[in-house]
Amino acid sequence: MTGRLAVWLCAVSVLSGMATAAHAAPPVNDAALMTGKPPKMLSAYNLFTDGAKQAPNDRVVPYDLSTPLFTDYAQKYRFVYVPTGKTAAYTDDGAFDFPVGTALIKTFAYPADFRRPKDDIRLIETRLLIHRADGWISLPYLWKADMSDARLKVGGKRLPVTWTDGAGKSRTIKYRVPNKNQCKACHVVGKQVSPIGPKARNLNRDYDYPTGRANQLAYWTGAGILTGAPDPAKAPKVAVWDDDTSGSLDARARAYLDVNCGHCHNPQGPAHTSGLYLTVTENRPVHWGVNKTPVAAGRGSGGLAYDIVPGKPDQSILTYRMNSIDPGIIMPELGRVTIHDEGLDLIRRWITGLKPGDY
Amino acid sequence: MRAERVGAIAVRLGLIAGFVTLVQAAMAADFVIQPGPDAQDEIQEALIEAEPGQTIALAAGVFHLTDGLSLDVDKVTVKGAGMDQTILSFKGQEVGSEGLMVTSSGVTLRDFAVEDAKGDAIKVMGADGIYLINLRTEWTGGPKETNGAYGLYPVSSKNVLIDGCVAIGASDAGIYVGQSENIIVRNSRAEYNVAGFEIENSYYADVYDNVATHNTGGFLVFDLPDLPKQGGHDIRVFRNRSVDNDTPNFAPEGNIVGMVPQGTGFLVMANTNVEVFENEISGNRTANFLVGSYYTSGQEIKDENYDPIPKAIHIHHNRFGKGGWAPAGELGEFVKEITGVPVPDIIWDGVKPLPQYILGTPEDERIVIQGNVKNEGEVTFMNLDALFYSIWKVLATPSRDLDDHRGTLPPVKPVTIPGA
Repeated sequence: MTGRLAVWLCAVSVLSGMATAAHAAPPVNDAALMTGKPPKMLSAYNLFTDGAKQAPNDRVVPYDLSTPLFTDYAQKYRFVYVPTGKTAAYTDDGAFDFPVGTALIKTFAYPADFRRPKDDIRLIETRLLIHRADGWISLPYLWKADMSDARLKVGGKRLPVTWTDGAGKSRTIKYRVPNKNQCKACHVVGKQVSPIGPKARNLNRDYDYPTGRANQLAYWTGAGILTGAPDPAKAPKVAVWDDDTSGSLDARARAYLDVNCGHCHNPQGPAHTSGLYLTVTENRPVHWGVNKTPVAAGRGSGGLAYDIVPGKPDQSILTYRMNSIDPGIIMPELGRVTIHDEGLDLIRRWITGLKPGDY
Repeated sequence: MRAERVGAIAVRLGLIAGFVTLVQAAMAADFVIQPGPDAQDEIQEALIEAEPGQTIALAAGVFHLTDGLSLDVDKVTVKGAGMDQTILSFKGQEVGSEGLMVTSSGVTLRDFAVEDAKGDAIKVMGADGIYLINLRTEWTGGPKETNGAYGLYPVSSKNVLIDGCVAIGASDAGIYVGQSENIIVRNSRAEYNVAGFEIENSYYADVYDNVATHNTGGFLVFDLPDLPKQGGHDIRVFRNRSVDNDTPNFAPEGNIVGMVPQGTGFLVMANTNVEVFENEISGNRTANFLVGSYYTSGQEIKDENYDPIPKAIHIHHNRFGKGGWAPAGELGEFVKEITGVPVPDIIWDGVKPLPQYILGTPEDERIVIQGNVKNEGEVTFMNLDALFYSIWKVLATPSRDLDDHRGTLPPVKPVTIPGA
């Protein structure tokens, strides 16, 4: 009986393999995702059929966010893996309720020259966020120089990264691979590690799948990894921070702050003690910064009295801290060692347009 | 001869005992880390890999660190060889907004120093049980606006013990406990900070046997609006010395402590049930003791749930010395304008909830002042009647009369912390 079942399963898998253009790779290693002692090498999970090319295995679905977190101009490849037979539950606000066994995968990479963003790509690290029975765990894997595999590095790492930017200028930074605690420092809600990116509002956009362009929420539902999602037209949606056609200046600025600051600056986040909440859903002006005095900013205040002074970006602590790389001043505290000129410009234009009389 | 031999034996025994202690200390620790080029990664990896109940020993010497450290495992002890022997120097810090961040519970940090952090020195967030013992936090270049904000900085925590610590040079508060409850701060010393000791938006705190000297202000008990935890109450500050706080305010502008005038012994702002007793308060040029509402800060209040007025403040059996001879800063000038010089020993801004201006203040919500003594002469007091003074000076009735402040208040309950 068992033998017959095995033969049948084998036949099915061969057939389905043929149907999806003959994947020879073994499936994602669920046992590796669940083991108490995580594998030393990223390849042990079988998340990719070709790691160096970031080619995902079956059931590993690539995705993109409308407005991403700025991390020193790194390119990011994001994937979600939900085990066979399980699904994530949709929610309007916050990250989806992903089942135990889920892996969220994010690879950070730099092309040698941003004018040719698809060529000569150097993979730096792949961060895994795995949902275990006792909660989410974050694991950073550092790619070898030859990109043959990536090795677990819970203590983080500092390494120089050089690229040529869009204007043809060479840039070098001391890139920081975060340690396990630093991962948690952002990925925490209350006391629990939690995903940040995969929220309805940030996923509700089209993606170019190998099978064609489709809305991500609809695609996830079709792929059987998400249940309960409404028609994308009825789901919340944030603006694309650098796309004027996606929303008003206000919508784009708030989307930018939501993703870059809101993961800490929310009533359950690590920065809740500041009383500054930068999530897109916060609608009390004083709590999203208007004429709000800092609480424990120290020299992070830059000698300024308020987080946001409507109409006056140069008098607003928000822009002062975005415009710094000094560890005692910089915001966000983690994730960047360069200034995001374009993001800063967006926030400056937004504050300039806020009218003092409105608050 | 005989005595010499006995001495030699004693020395030898002493050496052996010392050696045994060293070996035991080394064996007791699960991780032992020496200063050196790899120390950054070694300490951080130990802080990640340690299991609850384990000890990380930091050897004597100077650790030169470039990245902030963090601990997120419960019940770990990090132990140095002494606050002047084991030094974590962040002079070359490139990343991290604090020297050491703790986000787990039941952690003990003891016997080391954190120097020259680019942001806060030691921050503890969301802990239930944190024991900070014999630590030193210092900015070694003296008081400067570019120094980090806080030395010891437990926030949003429960069961906080700070014992035998030293904090020097913070551009906000040397020892600061914020939005926390069940707090003991004792046997510690703060100097050359803007605020020596500060308890902010917190419940149930005992602050005793500490010394604050050469700060801008010695002891602050604050409650601020627009925060997730507010309505600070049940705080005892006793047997401390707040003397010669003479450093000009060097807080970067925009920070609430920027309002503290150079030479402030105590400043109690908002809060309910605060008992301040048996302290020695002297040598503070602006004022030895200020009690006031949040209006004193000059900030607008938009928070409807916030109570800006201090209630049930009991100031008794303190010893006052010289004070108030040369008020400094905006607040000092304001006080001086009403009181003249020297500023009386105890100043209350006199601001009450509006109905109380007509109906009077309930007995148990008063500012009670009794049993205080002065090195020379009588303890002096003034109610500034700051509300009327600010609105319409002619109507203001500042008063030196202590009649409304006699009697007593029920004692505030002592704090107990498991394991302290």
